[in-house]
Amino acid sequence: MSSPAMTQEPVYVYEKPVRLWHWVNALALVVLAVTGYLIGNPPVVTGGEASDHYLFGYIRFIHFSAGYVLAIGLIGRAYWALVGNRYSRQLFMPEVYRLTYWKGVWHEILWYLFLVSEPRKHVGHNPLADLAIFLFFVLGSLFMIVTGFALYGQGLGEGSWADRLFGWVIPLLGGSQSAHSWHHLGMWYLVIFMMVHIYIAIREQYVSRQSMVSTMIDGWRTWKDDRP
Amino acid sequence: MSTRPDSFYDVMRRQGISRRSFLKYCSLTASSLALGPQFVGNIVHAMETKPRTPVLWLHGLECTCCSESFIRSAHPLAKDVVLSMLSLDYDDTLMAAAGFQAEEVMEETMRKYKGRYILAVEGNPPLNEDGMYCIVGGKPFVEKLRYAAKDCAAVIAWGSCASWGCVQAAKPNPTQATPVHKVILDKPVIKVPGCPPIAEVMTAVITYMLTFDKLPDLDSQGRPKMFYGQRIHDKCYRRPHFDAGQFVEQWDDEAARKGYCLYKMGCKGPTTYNACSTVKWNDGVSFPIQSGHGCIGCSEEAFWDKGSFYDRVTELNVFGVEANADKMGLVTAGAVGVGIAAHAAVSINKHKNTETHKKDSL
Ligand code: HEM
Ligand code: HEM
Ligand code: SF4
Ligand code: SF4
Repeated sequence: MSSPAMTQEPVYVYEKPVRLWHWVNALALVVLAVTGYLIGNPPVVTGGEASDHYLFGYIRFIHFSAGYVLAIGLIGRAYWALVGNRYSRQLFMPEVYRLTYWKGVWHEILWYLFLVSEPRKHVGHNPLADLAIFLFFVLGSLFMIVTGFALYGQGLGEGSWADRLFGWVIPLLGGSQSAHSWHHLGMWYLVIFMMVHIYIAIREQYVSRQSMVSTMIDGWRTWKDDRP
Repeated sequence: MSTRPDSFYDVMRRQGISRRSFLKYCSLTASSLALGPQFVGNIVHAMETKPRTPVLWLHGLECTCCSESFIRSAHPLAKDVVLSMLSLDYDDTLMAAAGFQAEEVMEETMRKYKGRYILAVEGNPPLNEDGMYCIVGGKPFVEKLRYAAKDCAAVIAWGSCASWGCVQAAKPNPTQATPVHKVILDKPVIKVPGCPPIAEVMTAVITYMLTFDKLPDLDSQGRPKMFYGQRIHDKCYRRPHFDAGQFVEQWDDEAARKGYCLYKMGCKGPTTYNACSTVKWNDGVSFPIQSGHGCIGCSEEAFWDKGSFYDRVTELNVFGVEANADKMGLVTAGAVGVGIAAHAAVSINKHKNTETHKKDSL
């Protein structure tokens, strides 16, 4: 999986549910980051009675709805890892127990530091991408979902499903205010992932020896040359 | 003369409280505990027949603001009644006895009511230097606390000091002031946080325990649900302005005059569990937000260490860096952005070179 590709034939890597999830999830994360930032730094409406406006209410509503999309999407994606093709499992389990995996990570680091002249070909994610996606995206969004629904449970009230399921994290993080701050910081963790991720995806589309962005659109990994 | 132990009612009558006042007090208590009128009878019956439960009230590292709040309970009746029940026993700052005589009273109550008295604690014990930072009656307070807790039925932790540690436990906490539930591990501890807690909340909690002989329903943090079940924000009368997006941005702006939401001024109502927005203060006259100032979160754990009272996005300490999430995030994201731009520039350059190289070698 993470090891260099041995084939020169196009491979169908990302099945339809994975691609659909990728783009829905990307949209949800962008919406969450924008509305989340606004929850911390709200825009102000002036004039009129309170009953004439519901701006902040809508911002929070959109945030919570996108939060549900993120959480339910991740559950669906986890299910697909069980029933989908071999590449669908990579997201959740980088093969960190293999020496060849770490050698692969090292090679990719050298590649991004311009220290090797030719990149390797990968059918699925390259090992470094796999690691970054796991550490930043998988762990990051799990953290955001847990803290997000814990805060959401405070609004739903004590004993609500969100409070019973996730309420325990709030004292663990040092109270509601600290939980807000950590949730807020988590946004930046994911924003940084998104910046690097999009940059690398576009860059690799051009400079690597394989297809990239188009693979996440039509599912096929194609190759630019037929050397191994 | 009967030999049965005094009931609350007996004690109150001895204090000169009329039957009429007694009944009024019972209905008041029922309503402040949000119990229906049918419970008034239960309370009357309990107070007439049950032997009085004594309360020992200890003072550790504290400022006595809890006592000050307590004796200002809005309904003078409630105050008189509850005080007459309490002051008979032990309270360093309120009782008549002093010195050895006072310590004697405590001993006697502990002996006579072994396993039945309630221990109310105001303030907390500092543990550093074997507890030498707080000496009461010639001994470290922590020893006295442990000793008094040994035979009690339950502990009430008054205020943020006893519940969370409060200002004396704020960083760097040189005396190692420690909240009660971390010192008394083998008894139920009821937290009644706030700096100070609201008087009516205090009297209602203690009356509930005395009359029903059981602990009030507690939340996961050990606070009575009836007063700490919701945030200030959940019942704040400025909430419609919050949902509308109408915020005060300056203490003297038009929005402040119009009484808009104080969220952007750092109001901690959304993260603070307390009853201020429903019970209010000073006979129900007002509460901080009604007076135009945000909530500072005084009933929350470590509220002194959570950054400015006036910032919405407050300071965090991450691996020793002290800044708010947006500052940390913007600086890091900025650095990453610059990194990406530089990397992109080198990539484009290299790519062009290899392309020309390829063409050359063709
Ligand atoms: C990766 C995705 C997410 C990002 C980037 C994000 C971002 C943010 C940010 C920046 C805040 C403001 C924090 C503050 O300063 O107080 C916030 C608040 C909040 N978020 Fe999220 N969030 C995410 C996921 C979620 C999820 C899954 C939920 C669950 C429903 C959620 C629920 C909330 C709630 C309840 C608040 C507090 C709103 C309030 O106090 O009015 N978030 N979010
Ligand atoms: C902005 C939010 C985005 C997030 C959170 C995100 C997240 C992810 C995740 C989690 C994966 C792994 C998919 C899997 O294994 O199931 C992935 C793969 C991928 N993403 Fe994104 N993505 C985002 C935006 C984008 C954009 C805008 C592009 C295109 C420019 C893009 C291109 C790709 C590509 C090409 C892959 C496959 C990488 C590979 O084959 O190794 N992503 N993304
Ligand atoms: S003033 Fe404070 S408690 Fe009231 S609605 Fe605004 S943020 Fe919430
Ligand atoms: S409004 Fe907030 S800070 Fe003020 S007394 Fe109530 S809980 Fe404490």
